[in-house]
Amino acid sequence: MTEKGKDMKGRIFDIKRYSIHDGPGIRTTVFLKGCGLHCLWCHNPESIAPGPDLMHWPARCVRCYSCVRACPPGAIAKDAAGAVVIDRAKCDLCGRCAEACLYDSMQIVGREMSVAEVLAEAEKDRIFYEQSGGGVTLSGGDPLVQPGFAGALLDACRARGFHTALDTAGLAPAEAFERLARRADLVLFDLKSVDEARHMELTGVSNAAILDNLRRLAVAGPETWIRIPLVRGVNDGQENIGRTIELLASLGRIRRIGLLPYHAGGLDKAVRIGQGQHFRRFEAPTEERLAAIEAAFRGAGFDVRRGG
Amino acid sequence: MNDRISKLRTQTLEARPTISVERARLLTEFYRRPETGGLSAALRHALAFKHVLENKAVCFNDGELIVGERGPAPKATPTYPEVCIHSLQDLATLNDRKKTAFASDDETRRIYAEEIIPFWRGRSQRERIFAAMAPEWISAYEAGIFTEFMEQRAPGHTAGDGKIFHKGMNDFKKDIAAARAGLDFLNDPDAYDKLEELAAMDAVCDGLIAFGRRHADKARELAGREKDAARRRELERIAAVCDRVPAEAPRDFWEALQMYWFVHLGVITEYNTWDSFNPGRLDQHLWPFYQQGLADGSLTKEGARELLQAFWIKFNNQPAPPKVGVTAEESGTYTDFALINVGGLKRDGTDGVNELSYLILDVIEEMRILQPSSMVQISAKGPDAFLLRALKIVKTGFGQPSIFNTDAIVQELVREGKSVADARDGGCSGCVEAGAFGKEAYILTGYFNLPKVFEITLNDGVDPRTGKTIGLKTGDPGSFRTFDELFEAYRRQIRHFVDIKVRGSNVIEKLYAERLPAPFLSVLVDDCIRNGRDYHAGGARYNSNYIQGVGLGTITDVLSAVRWNAYDRRRFTMAELRAALAANFAGHEALRRLVLDRTPKFGNDDDYADDLMKRVFEAYFEAVDGRPTPRGGTYRINLLPTTCHIYFGRMTGATADGRLAGEPVSEGVSPVQGADRKGPTAVIKSLGKLDHVRTGGTLLNQKFTPQLLADEAGLKGLKDLVRSYFRLMGHHIQFNVVTADLLRTAQAHPEKHRDLIVRVAGYSDYFVDCSTELQNEIIRRTEHQEL
Repeated sequence: MTEKGKDMKGRIFDIKRYSIHDGPGIRTTVFLKGCGLHCLWCHNPESIAPGPDLMHWPARCVRCYSCVRACPPGAIAKDAAGAVVIDRAKCDLCGRCAEACLYDSMQIVGREMSVAEVLAEAEKDRIFYEQSGGGVTLSGGDPLVQPGFAGALLDACRARGFHTALDTAGLAPAEAFERLARRADLVLFDLKSVDEARHMELTGVSNAAILDNLRRLAVAGPETWIRIPLVRGVNDGQENIGRTIELLASLGRIRRIGLLPYHAGGLDKAVRIGQGQHFRRFEAPTEERLAAIEAAFRGAGFDVRRGG
Repeated sequence: MNDRISKLRTQTLEARPTISVERARLLTEFYRRPETGGLSAALRHALAFKHVLENKAVCFNDGELIVGERGPAPKATPTYPEVCIHSLQDLATLNDRKKTAFASDDETRRIYAEEIIPFWRGRSQRERIFAAMAPEWISAYEAGIFTEFMEQRAPGHTAGDGKIFHKGMNDFKKDIAAARAGLDFLNDPDAYDKLEELAAMDAVCDGLIAFGRRHADKARELAGREKDAARRRELERIAAVCDRVPAEAPRDFWEALQMYWFVHLGVITEYNTWDSFNPGRLDQHLWPFYQQGLADGSLTKEGARELLQAFWIKFNNQPAPPKVGVTAEESGTYTDFALINVGGLKRDGTDGVNELSYLILDVIEEMRILQPSSMVQISAKGPDAFLLRALKIVKTGFGQPSIFNTDAIVQELVREGKSVADARDGGCSGCVEAGAFGKEAYILTGYFNLPKVFEITLNDGVDPRTGKTIGLKTGDPGSFRTFDELFEAYRRQIRHFVDIKVRGSNVIEKLYAERLPAPFLSVLVDDCIRNGRDYHAGGARYNSNYIQGVGLGTITDVLSAVRWNAYDRRRFTMAELRAALAANFAGHEALRRLVLDRTPKFGNDDDYADDLMKRVFEAYFEAVDGRPTPRGGTYRINLLPTTCHIYFGRMTGATADGRLAGEPVSEGVSPVQGADRKGPTAVIKSLGKLDHVRTGGTLLNQKFTPQLLADEAGLKGLKDLVRSYFRLMGHHIQFNVVTADLLRTAQAHPEKHRDLIVRVAGYSDYFVDCSTELQNEIIRRTEHQEL
């Protein structure tokens, strides 16, 4: 790795150690900020914007108003009932409120880190990777949004002998996608819906480039596992599942499928970053339906499991 | 499990612990005889032991295959007035208290008042001990700086090796006779003492043989009256088994289990030894009998399973003897810490896991009872399949078996001077204590409150709870210019209190050696017979005394908070900190938030905090390790709490890590409850920086919710966590797999959750039997995990 690569900075919103569902073995998952999709059920809504977000936890607030006093642009105020309110239009995400708040009621999500800093964090769990056949997973958001940083990080991890995985929604120009995917040992490819109109409606973008990238990956890319978030009445129907199986079977090299039933954990987070209005509450498929979907994939010869 | 085992299991689960006056009465009757007054302590005690076994009730429970009870019925628990004389008030407290109660009736109290108390008052070891302790010992003890294990229970703290599986009591008698014949009265000044000790050992063997015969007789008598032909045949078989053992060596699987059981009853009848006793490496000891039985057709796998299950129930019928006072606080449980070891290495260093190891795990899973405790020894050579099988049981949330690192145990024991073969033959007993089974007296002397000593340091030797000066005058902490000066003051205070503790323990050791020898335990532990010396007097091949450090996580976070905020960042002064602690943080909320949330904490793989953990470890290790004991042993450290972290917490004011006054301190070597925020790999990395090999055992508690372990990836992840921790030479890890909601429900409706077993600290306990404080602490731990 060049010195330049080492100093390259990216925006990270979380690093999670002991990830056991993001690829083989015990892994460290690095969550990169920014995503090209806007799925209505997103369980990490704070990952979507490429820049930082201010997260507010009213339940932790003790109404000391140190945040109000600390805010240079005056974006934070108390309302008539004494609660702390944020005028997000005025907020410039300087983070002074988060420094002032002793109760973690205000937090800045998304900090800049260099490749070297992330690597140092990943290095801490080397013994677990070696023992378990694990490594480092880049997730997000979608690492494709920060391709330079993600690429440098993948290269650096590989240079250290860590197994690498790229968790992506696959939305990028073909060349850019290939350039990044090639640098990982494993791609975890998220597939929301094979129906283009539905995809557009639910995620805000067409799936044409995504499916194109998937096909390309199947021809010449690294090992690929497919991950399908399953949302009741949205993409768990017979038709979508049937067409998905058809597509994946036609790709030949794909074997492993992870089914990720919807959970509502993202909604609270959306509210905390002031984005509640842009997301919706859904339901997970029924247990019966999940079992049927599993059986359908298994019947088509796939290695299917729940949760990655 | 079959119908028989199911009935026996129900019986043991439903039996209520009671006080049995039987042993105390027989002992008193014997000691009152004028002709016993002139005997040596060893012989008098040995003959009293024999008198008890020759005269106590012989109890047969319906359908039993393995026979013998310590008391007249399951959970009828004897007292040991020669060690600790319970007052009538004690009996009332034991009867009435909500947790770990022992019922006693009017007749028992009458006998206590008329026969037991009048004879033993002034003669019990407990009274001798407190009378012999220096005033500074009493002050430190009362302040909650340390506890004293031997003030109402005898030392014990050991486990058996394989010898009783190829030797009967008559064989031991031959060894004793040979040792007597070899005494050199012309050159050995101790020859007469040895003669007396050997005579005592010989007498206790006779006592156990008589006890076995009485069971054979009883079985035959019951068989004669038995209408059911199948049961009659069983009783006849039991009679034949008891004809053979314990007098002679066992010849088959059934005899082997019955042999151990008689020996176990002998140990726990001789004294109320700490950690009762345990068979040690059960799968190794039974393996030849199992193989041979299968080969010659006399045993089936199912038959072996049933016998093991019947054997398991016998342990559960023997609650830990009643504890009062500080002892009840530091060890508030019915469990008596008989810890069955499975797996590990053989003497020659090859993998010890065999088919029986797996069968024993089946039994553990199916029985799901409090006692015996169980553990697996995992060596680098052991198969993953064995570890995974054990973790599948752990996953069910029953808290057993706990997981130990054989390779660490062997290194620890070898460092202490044991031969490598004796080390491999060893394992852990009690909670997590490493020992050379059958060859070592490794006595736990008491817990040591590391955070409390820092509180004394911050107050220049004064205990703020009482205002008494109990420590050294190490200076006003405000006057220390550097953190190193402060740490040096703390180090000196540790040394000061360890000195007090060691001095007391040396006296107590002498009191046991001279006043209460243990000839029966001596027969079982090499080389007491050959040396003609008692287990309590240094007769064992290896002798160690432990002082168990408590609150490592808390003291590390305390030091981190002080160093980071008062010295490095200058966010507050020592005077401000002391004011906040004195006020229990009332009015100092901002300061508390700084130390709670904005300070490096142990358990997050952060060298800032972890290096301080290492410094405390060194200071404590230096103060204790290598000091001699009167019986020729050596003081060592280990790091475990049982339930003492609750008691020590109650005795300790608010601490600089943000802990409020009276709250529990951290348990074992685990991080402070809720302070580890980076997941299990970070905890394991932090703990990997601790030099476990220089201890005799450390205890790490990890909490998992069932969801995290639900699928294959979860189980494999757990396996790899364990393997990685053990590569880092971690000693032990245990898992609590429960949800906070379930625990809260159980707390509100204990009657519906009597079977809920949780991991406490080195042992499992029924959740409903834990104190409310302990319950709350476990709930907090669990909640933290669920976040």
